[in-house]
Amino acid sequence: MDQRMTELIESLPQLKKKLKGMRDTLLTNLVMLGEIPAPTFREHNRMSFLVNRFTQYQMLNCSTDEVGNGLGIIPGETGERNILIVAHLDTVFDETVDHTIAIEPSRVKGPAVGDNALGVATLATIPAVLEELNIKLNSNLVLMGSSRSLGHGNIEGLRFFLDNTDMPIHEGVCIEGVKLGRLSHTSIGMARCEITYRLPEEYDWTRFGAVGSIVTINELINRILEIPIPRRPKTSIVLGSISGGRSFNTIATDAVLRFEIRSESNEMVHTLRQRIEDIAAEVSSHNGSEVEIQILAQRNPGGISFSHPLASNARAIMKSLDINPRITPSTSELSAFIDHGIPALTLGLTDGENLNKLEENIDIEPIYSGLSQLLGLLIAIDKGYCDET
Amino acid sequence: MKLNTWLKRNTYHHSAFNDLEDLVAQKQKQNLKISLCIPTLNEESTIGKEIILFRSELMNRFSLLDEIAVIDSGSTDNTIAVAKSFGADVYMADEILPNLETKKGKGENLWKAIYQLDGDIIVYIDADIKNIHPRFAYGLIAPLVYRKEIKYVKAFYDRPLAFSQGVRPSGGGRVTEILIRPLFSLFFPELTGLIQPLSGEYAVRREVLEQIPFPIGYGVETSHLIDVYQQWGLEAFAQTDLDQRVHRNQDTRSLGKMAFGILQTFFSRLQALNIIKDNLELSHILRQFQAHDEEFESIDLKILEEERPAMLTIDEYRKKRNLSQKSDENTKETKKK
Repeated sequence: MDQRMTELIESLPQLKKKLKGMRDTLLTNLVMLGEIPAPTFREHNRMSFLVNRFTQYQMLNCSTDEVGNGLGIIPGETGERNILIVAHLDTVFDETVDHTIAIEPSRVKGPAVGDNALGVATLATIPAVLEELNIKLNSNLVLMGSSRSLGHGNIEGLRFFLDNTDMPIHEGVCIEGVKLGRLSHTSIGMARCEITYRLPEEYDWTRFGAVGSIVTINELINRILEIPIPRRPKTSIVLGSISGGRSFNTIATDAVLRFEIRSESNEMVHTLRQRIEDIAAEVSSHNGSEVEIQILAQRNPGGISFSHPLASNARAIMKSLDINPRITPSTSELSAFIDHGIPALTLGLTDGENLNKLEENIDIEPIYSGLSQLLGLLIAIDKGYCDET
Repeated sequence: MKLNTWLKRNTYHHSAFNDLEDLVAQKQKQNLKISLCIPTLNEESTIGKEIILFRSELMNRFSLLDEIAVIDSGSTDNTIAVAKSFGADVYMADEILPNLETKKGKGENLWKAIYQLDGDIIVYIDADIKNIHPRFAYGLIAPLVYRKEIKYVKAFYDRPLAFSQGVRPSGGGRVTEILIRPLFSLFFPELTGLIQPLSGEYAVRREVLEQIPFPIGYGVETSHLIDVYQQWGLEAFAQTDLDQRVHRNQDTRSLGKMAFGILQTFFSRLQALNIIKDNLELSHILRQFQAHDEEFESIDLKILEEERPAMLTIDEYRKKRNLSQKSDENTKETKKK
């Protein structure tokens, strides 16, 4: 390892100690941001709060854009490089959910507190951290809360920014509240699909094979499970959710299946998608129901290699902080960076439980390690230690 | 002052005060010191969040608060440890003014805060608020900072989740609407302008706090309003809408106890003000009922609304604040024998 990188790693325990002094600021941001509901496509209020925070720190270009991203820039000493740190603003909980967050001595509880209020709170706290720890970067640091990330959002926020900004982004870091040790620097091919079966109003229940839509969905699932999945390239079909019907005693006229096809090979994703579409159409023909197939999101495989200095330095930083790196491909924001050929990775910040449930909670103590790895990596990128030679 | 004029001039929404830089500048210009007091009894689940938010936002980010103190009545859970771990000054109510006879109650904590804390303004905030936010403090402090004639600012919460028409009823909880507001309408009509007279959040100038007596139990908020009204008039009050307050709901029986305590305080004020001429002998026993199979039985609860005298009458207080010694009989009576 580069001597300069070794010196940086040796300084991290001291950094971690100082970060503990930032607890109140971080937890306050976590509460104040996390208690603002931000379902996908309706992240505006959370974004406004974040941008206000950036403004209070007198960051540059504190602004929003037409898809609802919120960003601000901490100018670097030389500004030769632009590093983008991004956390998705949206959550899976809508406005009707009680977003109250509770702080206990060792953990924080509340809906979406880990996914991704902590990520956004970290963005809001970074200016204070850099100031308090007297860290001055050469690079411009662009902090962005991205909109429309989850589900139907299809990472539209970050894609829009990268497609339309005049500012060249040299490296990207995506931050997720959970889980510490997460390290993603590759994306897998993915297709996110929704299949809806709907019986027409004038449906003839006396016809041969007449069944409700739940039975049809069941048939579709059975047929999907019969599809042989190759071991190479690594491929999987994730059946995510089903819904349908209205009551105990009414035959369901509507039913919906949501699933993802994931593979290291784009071609395999395409083949499987085509096959499932054929099955869906065939199954619908059995009982005359209408079928609607929607592709909600797609990702292309790619990313930086295991040996890329950004990835290897990230692992070294994590190990030095006793964080065990768990390297997994990602289908989140990272894909947008990859599509633009920008070296990037995703980091998790702490440990947590019950992700995306009402009783979601995160641990406070590991956050200091999570922040230390982020700062360490930021400094390494800034100094050019993560550049590919 | 006409009630509607007062409502218009002295009723605020917290959003009017979210320019905290300006608020702090005004505070500094007047050389004011502001203390936050959180009275506690077994509040381990909410106290940490309150302290962390107020410290971080209103002490570190904006220097609005000069001290944050938790005054505890003897919690048996982890309230004290949690409060200390999040950096609050924690005091046991019994250990403040230890020469006085020990009493238990929220009002006792509030009263002792006047002695213990240094602020020219003290803002009291209950510890059981789940959706705590800095607005709970700055929304109450700001009218005192911006308007010198205001002495007492009360919180109210008015944010319906959904309402379809332009006019809607607005008011307080059950005890307010079926007890306090009818009583105020009968005896102190102008005080009905306070939308939530029982809310536990208010900011008050020291010069007022040290001059009014404090019931130690349920009657403290009601007595404050009557006493401040008698001495300084309606124009001394302001109220701020803090939007929504999420907290524990009390069952009807608990509200019955609260109403009983408040009534004692209320009647004692009516007598003191000569509004009720007869010398009423009031019972301190509240009778509630429960059924055992087919039989009903009475449960007798003793609820005695004791009062602390105005802090200015306490020798220790006068000494601490370098006021001339002026002990009176009230003080002596409450001293330990």
